[in-house]
Amino acid sequence: MADITLTQSPQGVDSIQSSYVAQVQRRRLYGGLTLLIFVVLMVSGFNVADDRNAGGFWDGLHQIGDYPADVLSEAWEKRADLPALMAKYFPALIETVNIAAVSTLIGAIGGLALSLLGTRGLARWPRLIPLFRRISDIMRAVPEIVIALVLIFVLGGGPVPAMIAIAIHTAGALGKMFSEVAENADLKPVEGLASTGATWSQRMLLGVLPQVAPNYISYALLRFEINIRASAILGFVGAGGLGYELRNAMAWGPGRFDEAGAIFILLFGTIVFFDQVSSRYRNRLTEGQGQ
Amino acid sequence: MLNITKLTKRFGDKIAVDAANISVAQPTMIGIIGRSGAGKSTLLRMLNRLSDASDGSIIFDGQDVTALRGAAKRDWQSQCAMIFQQFNLVPRMDVVSNVLHGTLNKRSTMATLFNLYPQADIHRAIEILDRLGIAEQAPKRAEALSGGQQQRVAIARALMQDPKIILADEPIASLDPMNAQVVMRSLRTIHEEDGRMVIANLHTLDTARRYCDRVIGMRDGRIVFDGTPAQLTTGVARDIYGAGADFSEAATSTEIETLNRPGVREAEAYV
Repeated sequence: MADITLTQSPQGVDSIQSSYVAQVQRRRLYGGLTLLIFVVLMVSGFNVADDRNAGGFWDGLHQIGDYPADVLSEAWEKRADLPALMAKYFPALIETVNIAAVSTLIGAIGGLALSLLGTRGLARWPRLIPLFRRISDIMRAVPEIVIALVLIFVLGGGPVPAMIAIAIHTAGALGKMFSEVAENADLKPVEGLASTGATWSQRMLLGVLPQVAPNYISYALLRFEINIRASAILGFVGAGGLGYELRNAMAWGPGRFDEAGAIFILLFGTIVFFDQVSSRYRNRLTEGQGQ
Repeated sequence: MLNITKLTKRFGDKIAVDAANISVAQPTMIGIIGRSGAGKSTLLRMLNRLSDASDGSIIFDGQDVTALRGAAKRDWQSQCAMIFQQFNLVPRMDVVSNVLHGTLNKRSTMATLFNLYPQADIHRAIEILDRLGIAEQAPKRAEALSGGQQQRVAIARALMQDPKIILADEPIASLDPMNAQVVMRSLRTIHEEDGRMVIANLHTLDTARRYCDRVIGMRDGRIVFDGTPAQLTTGVARDIYGAGADFSEAATSTEIETLNRPGVREAEAYV
């Protein structure tokens, strides 16, 4: 409906103005109240947390730089040893990256199965969609470190429990992301393949996967970055790799801070390196899609 | 008032606008016509400084617009409002907020984030909407409006900027003929009543001829015609569009009347 002549509104501008201004004022009032409640909650929450803290936030604040300063100064004094130490811990770094790579691979395969089984329109058994979705919810809800602690207790320390723990979490997380991508996939090719008598797995692998592959690989690479960090952290609870060495170097206190420094450099360098490589590759995947 | 000298835009080895010279002495309603890809949009975008010129200069009231940077550039953009083919409103915000976006250049980020616009501005926004005949839509979300109404909200946003120039990039290309007429008539009214310069990219000859005081024709980045609507003969139009003898003006028309004219269907078949 278009009114050809630019007629003045029958309601009158004044009433529209006053009702809109009233609406704006109401909105501002609600917004202000929300902001006020937020600030009050933040301040009171901080105070409660600070009271329960053993040390006290304000007392400890000025000491925050002391420990890094100790580590750095000792590492700097012994800087001549750093290259040798980095070479010494390089195998541990390989172990950490390996844990991340294997768990990403296994997790991505698990996530792929979970996502296809849990996506409306694609699922093999549509009635079981909620089941597979809850499975993937649970898998990503449990932190890696909890699964790793249980598995280390059962299987003993080493890279395998860490790998399983990260793979489980990855499968859950990627299952969610993959299924969001799969929801937007075009169903026509799938129908086309179904008309030729293809099985469900053929339809998925040949009809859906080519459409979603760039996005899937991009998410998997992002997960790989996250998993490198996760596998380093799991070393702290005895799962081997660089994190284990770092905990030992740090826990034994002054005297081995040069080792801690070397491990930090290795870890930091590796994470930056894989971040850069995977972000460049992901950019190419997402931007180069149209070409 | 406005002097464009040898304005050029290159994308790689492709020249989108090739040494355009335009001089405007007083506020005029100017229509730019030409095929798609002729460089019309690029020209307007350079005027608003949405994209930078490769070469040449734009002088407005003695000020070199092409050299502006940072705050001075944003200040120029606030004086030089732009209307887009796809309206470019924020769909989830209400109509008045969209119109108030016209004042963003004068307000701080924090104030606009918390929607703290002065009451006088809110009143003025609704008055502008009333002038365009859509005051009743004020509290609605922009996405709830029809295309013609959304374009009028975009015009209201432009007016809220209180600009010296209004640039309109294919303002009616996404609209049906009825709404196109309303929008073009609004632009003409704004030009006549407020004395603002209006430069509109148009893809139909009859719109340019009907609403503009001056028509500029572009072809392959060059300005090939610059004159009054009366000088725009069918032969000239054929040159601008690079069409053969089968070119009929009615074929590009969006006016309702032409649909009933005989020969239009045949002409459309050629285009």
